[in-house]
Amino acid sequence: MRIALFATCIVDAMYPATAKATVRILERLGHEVVFPSGQACCGQMHVNTGYLKEAVPVVANHVAAFDTADYDVAVAPSGSCVASVKHQHPMVARACGDAALEARATAVGTKTYELSELLVDVLGVTDAGAQLGSYFPHRVTYHPSCHGMRLLRLGDRQSRLLRTVQGIDLAELPEQDQCCGFGGTFSMKNADVSSAMLQDKAANIESTGAELCTGGDASCLMHIGGGLSRQGSSTTTLHLAEILASTMEEPASVIGEVRVSTGKALR
Amino acid sequence: MTTFLGMPALPAFGSGNLFAGESFPTAAHRELGNAQLRANLGHATHTIRDKRQAVVAELPDWEQLRDAGSAIKQAVMARLPELLEEFETNFTARGGVIHWARDAREANEIVAGLVRDTGETEVVKIKSMATQEIGLNEYLEEQGIGAFETDLAELIVQLDHDKPSHILVPAIHKNRTEIRDIFLREMPGADPALTDDPSVLAMAAREHLRRKFLTAKVAVSGANFALADSGTLAVVESEGNGRMCLTLPETLITVMGIEKLLPTWQDLEVFMQLLPRSSTGERMNPYTSLWTGVTEGDGPQNVHLVLLDNGRSAALADEMGRSALHCIRCSACMNVCPVYERTGGHAYGSTYPGPIGAILSPLLTGIEAEENNSLPYASSLCGACYDACPVKINIPDILVHLRSVDVDSKRGKKKVPSQMDVGMKAASWALSSGKRLGLVEKGLPLGRLAAGPDRKITKLPGIAAGWTQSRDIPAPPAQSFRDWWAKEHRNAGGAPGTPGTPEAGPSRTLSPDTKETPQ
Repeated sequence: MRIALFATCIVDAMYPATAKATVRILERLGHEVVFPSGQACCGQMHVNTGYLKEAVPVVANHVAAFDTADYDVAVAPSGSCVASVKHQHPMVARACGDAALEARATAVGTKTYELSELLVDVLGVTDAGAQLGSYFPHRVTYHPSCHGMRLLRLGDRQSRLLRTVQGIDLAELPEQDQCCGFGGTFSMKNADVSSAMLQDKAANIESTGAELCTGGDASCLMHIGGGLSRQGSSTTTLHLAEILASTMEEPASVIGEVRVSTGKALR
Repeated sequence: MTTFLGMPALPAFGSGNLFAGESFPTAAHRELGNAQLRANLGHATHTIRDKRQAVVAELPDWEQLRDAGSAIKQAVMARLPELLEEFETNFTARGGVIHWARDAREANEIVAGLVRDTGETEVVKIKSMATQEIGLNEYLEEQGIGAFETDLAELIVQLDHDKPSHILVPAIHKNRTEIRDIFLREMPGADPALTDDPSVLAMAAREHLRRKFLTAKVAVSGANFALADSGTLAVVESEGNGRMCLTLPETLITVMGIEKLLPTWQDLEVFMQLLPRSSTGERMNPYTSLWTGVTEGDGPQNVHLVLLDNGRSAALADEMGRSALHCIRCSACMNVCPVYERTGGHAYGSTYPGPIGAILSPLLTGIEAEENNSLPYASSLCGACYDACPVKINIPDILVHLRSVDVDSKRGKKKVPSQMDVGMKAASWALSSGKRLGLVEKGLPLGRLAAGPDRKITKLPGIAAGWTQSRDIPAPPAQSFRDWWAKEHRNAGGAPGTPGTPEAGPSRTLSPDTKETPQ
């Protein structure tokens, strides 16, 4: 099928490797990927900080970029951005009394999927190793981000995909359902509380002895990775799209040094 | 009192103990410094959390019960005026006396007047959020009336001249050693050999309370529910101190928020399943007391109810926020909240802490009152509270709504826009067009200059400084995904993505040289 990629602003600007990995996975499954170039951001930062008026053009832009494009389904490698598209966009349109925009936003929302949701529910991926050639010989722990878990109800889709990656050593993260403390502008407005939450999350990650913490939300991973890095931890973060896209021939590249089982650094 | 067509004018918002005297981040900063508090809270909330999880999992129809609870409460809010009148008629017919209080001051004056009429100078109290909200104990003390809390945890907090930090477990922030010390210091006749064994402490409190129960002539209570069809009030408790207060004294004065109504006795069926499981993690609480007016020769012969508005009408007028009034004060939301778990209840500055407090306090007082406009931001929007709420109050959505009420309330009022205002405006411009975001991204590689040799940025200016307080940020990549895609598709002979045209060429595998390579 033809799949429209919603890269999300943070991945587009800061983590292009995550979007490339998403493209690679979908093409490997034989699908065509398109990139509606009008896209920018879902607007959740504005909505969640109370700037509803400023969110309207951002939401309208996303809806315009995605309801004119020709595709079967849209996908984003981010649970919170998909949750925003599905839940917040119609709400924002309603709040500014634009019924037409609300209808279009709802239509875009119903066609938009989070990556693991698309892979499992629509594209029928049950075994990443067998169907995608995913190979990642590292000890990894997984943090399920709040919005994927509680707004999209992704359940165990992400961890099921990870478990079927060849060579992976998946370590259960203690208290995995606890928020990492990111919360968008919460991490700046309430930096102390956010940091306290992050400390506990980092300690739980460290306790698993994993080389990497993975998840489905670039922003949460940026937060967790930023905290681990500040604490001088050797553990880093990597989006699950990059783990799924990693193969024996083309291993994922990780920023920073990762201790690999073979003893050589993966650069 | 001003009257208009015989209707008393309602004050728009509530008063009393509903105000954050300092902003949440300021209070949280102080509370986070208390390691003992954090340890106590972490331990206590996790214990209650796990208990709740276990008893909720037992019920196959838990989700249907939540739906029913939510639907009943919605119906109550839609018909509140007529239900209040129905309740008043039935309560009065059974010998009770109803008093209407528009705000905290009025409610306090009514209760003090009723106590004075009995000629007594002491009252025993059942744990009650409504009386905490209006600051009744303090007011009675000013009037020369001693109010004695009989709930064990409330007693501990009162003896320590402290404030509750949790609506269900007011002394959640204290451990048993601290409690022993409080008893030794403040409880008349406490045994100097008191240990910190919980059962020993409970017995000491019991002896102390017995003396009060057997001499008190007046009791003051709150109420968990009021049943409109019969005029019945209900108190749900664990310790039995409530049963003592509701049955032994001659005079019983109840203070209750107007939102506590249920249409019929049968509706209790739903809430008596939702409440104990959600609050204490019990299948059933030990004591449920229901009373309907006065019964001759049995229990209090002088029964009063003060119906409290104190901002509830204002909350009801907020279409998005009104479901906050569905709250049955079970505290499940705070027991699962990662923010509350770390800051404790005092950081919220109001009688109502935690996620529900973050929406209820500003709804009752108005967003512009004191520092209450900082409360809706005291959440990472993780959504754990919404999942735990037995009446399905969508707390995250209401938090976001109240943030927009806050932002809008300040528009055009500031001489100089805040950094956040400026940032959000600029971001709105950049993020509402693919072209403009692309332009901004072209400048991002400059950010690499701010990074050290390890490709990390460790210090950001202004509002973003909060981020780098405890987190690094990676240097931006040399090229955005958007640019890579455009280049890739020019190379592949396809036009760079124009919406509506198929833009990808034939499927291809990415060559290894397109990977991110660290500098």
